[in-house]
Amino acid sequence: MAENNYLLETKDLGISFGGLKAVQDLNLRIKKNEIYGLIGPNGAGKTTAFNILTGVYQPTTGSYIFDGEEIHGLKQDAINKKGIGRTFQNIRLFNNMSVVRNVMVGLANLPEYKCNVFESIFRLPRHFKVEKAMRARAKELLDIFGLLEERNNLACNLPYGKQRKLEIARALATGPKLLLLDEPAAGMNPQETAELVETIRFVRDHFDMTILLIEHDMSLVSGICDEVTVLNFGQTLAQGNVADVLHDPAVVKAYLGD
Amino acid sequence: MSLKKNAFVKYYLIYVIFAAIIVFFVALGGVLPRSFLSNSLQMAIAILLSLSLSFVVGFLGELSLGHAGFMCAGAYLGGKVASILAAGALGNGILTFIISVLVGGIVAAVLGVVVGLPALRLKGDYLAIVTLAFCEIVRVLFLNSPKEAFGGAFGLETPKYGSSGISLQMMLILALLLVVSAIAVFRNIIRSKHGRAVTAIRDNEIAARATGVDVTKYKLFAFVVSSFFAGIAGVVYSYTQSRVQSSTFDYNYSIDILVMVVLGGMGSMNGSIISAAIITFLNLKLSTVLTGNLAVAKDLVYALILILIVIFSNAPSLRSFREKYNFRAIIERLRKKEMDPADIKNDAGSWDRIPTKIEMNEVLSTDFKVQESTMNPDKEAK
Repeated sequence: MAENNYLLETKDLGISFGGLKAVQDLNLRIKKNEIYGLIGPNGAGKTTAFNILTGVYQPTTGSYIFDGEEIHGLKQDAINKKGIGRTFQNIRLFNNMSVVRNVMVGLANLPEYKCNVFESIFRLPRHFKVEKAMRARAKELLDIFGLLEERNNLACNLPYGKQRKLEIARALATGPKLLLLDEPAAGMNPQETAELVETIRFVRDHFDMTILLIEHDMSLVSGICDEVTVLNFGQTLAQGNVADVLHDPAVVKAYLGD
Repeated sequence: MSLKKNAFVKYYLIYVIFAAIIVFFVALGGVLPRSFLSNSLQMAIAILLSLSLSFVVGFLGELSLGHAGFMCAGAYLGGKVASILAAGALGNGILTFIISVLVGGIVAAVLGVVVGLPALRLKGDYLAIVTLAFCEIVRVLFLNSPKEAFGGAFGLETPKYGSSGISLQMMLILALLLVVSAIAVFRNIIRSKHGRAVTAIRDNEIAARATGVDVTKYKLFAFVVSSFFAGIAGVVYSYTQSRVQSSTFDYNYSIDILVMVVLGGMGSMNGSIISAAIITFLNLKLSTVLTGNLAVAKDLVYALILILIVIFSNAPSLRSFREKYNFRAIIERLRKKEMDPADIKNDAGSWDRIPTKIEMNEVLSTDFKVQESTMNPDKEAK
């Protein structure tokens, strides 16, 4: 029964590329509705861990349980359908599509917007109903992120901060239970970062979301994360409450050297 | 609001144009010279081909050089079915044509699945090479097929239009109807969640996967729909020939189709239609103008013209001409409505490429002028 408290639980998760052990024995336990930080110096294996969780890489050791289900071995889109949404370190939007369509791509898999190819080709009533509902939902999501005015612009024409927000909106559109954010504050100025903190909190509360984020900005991490795990060279250095971990001598050493 | 309305008009304009063309041929088909009709038929086939390839190259973003292979399969199988049915009780009528079109399309689509399943794991150049090889395999297979089945090196005898049953005029109208249905199918797909998934793969495959798009499924889907219509084009082609020769469908043919798509602009259905019509017209015109000894120069002139089009279609003067005389600008001018400065800014925002310095200056200067003119009345008031 105790396990049910955890939305995501990884057991000794690890991957090696040839001889290089990029991630070893990663044991994450993420509770529902928590904001969890994954930090560590460059090359520590944080993004690799994300890639394992989203099915880009298959782990070579260990397993992970998401929402009470063993999901390792599934393809990326299947894992997304199970309820893990993600953003990328270097923004990956559908650049030549409008903002609203970017979000609508994310919505397409939800069961309420089911509509097969023939219904679309022959323009049967369901197609129009689904399209209308999807557009309305996409607008709602964009409104939350302050992107409603930009909805008909191409995604590549958005300023950087808004592209980040759009990526989060698109990930949320897929209806995830767990949202993985890969360095959401990268390249943002302090004011944008402050806004982002608000956004992340809002997403957690409004969507009842669990968030796992990678971040280098320690003020952001200590500001919003409930718990953190510190990775260094693929190994877990420290784990637990934010304040304790950030003052751990081993963590300070990894970041600043002796 | 007016912009939205214009987009609506623009979206359905193509159907109106094609309806007008069909009405034109229905009314005047008997009077017009046969060469004009058969040239138009060639154009219709080219449009079908470039539309279908445009979906894979321009919307899915994968380079396929095997389109002639699908067309070849459609032409042979559809032509075979047509000749069997024409000899039987159905006769050489419209029903025979419809059935053979369906057979040709479905055969090509099945072939699309067979080729696509392994080949679509490849990307870019590798996929191009595999599809190119596929095209050659299909061609050589039909070339070496037993004589009783597909005619082998002699080519397959197919019921040609005009010989009996379907007249040239009727054939052209049927082909145009097929073109319209292809346009409708592709546009309806593109403007649906399935089309968005396909374009998402083109724009960013990794992000598409993470957003829950089943990349394998949608790649195959796009490939199969595209080959279905290539097969249909093949059947129509078989009706324009009394004998289908497999040597027609060599890789040059695939590249000709690709040229139409690229010239029309990647990701533009209307562009593919226009460029297919123009290139076919150019080819036909060149072969009537350059006869005798000059026929050697045909390919040279054709290539030169293509190069010139590519160079000059992006020339600044032509660009500004297009910007001045595009559909929206003309509508705006007809309404004699001056553009709102806010609209101009929005326009600047919706450019699909980074505006050049000169263009930005233009926008900024118009903005400035507007500000000046709004300031003037204040001065007068004082």
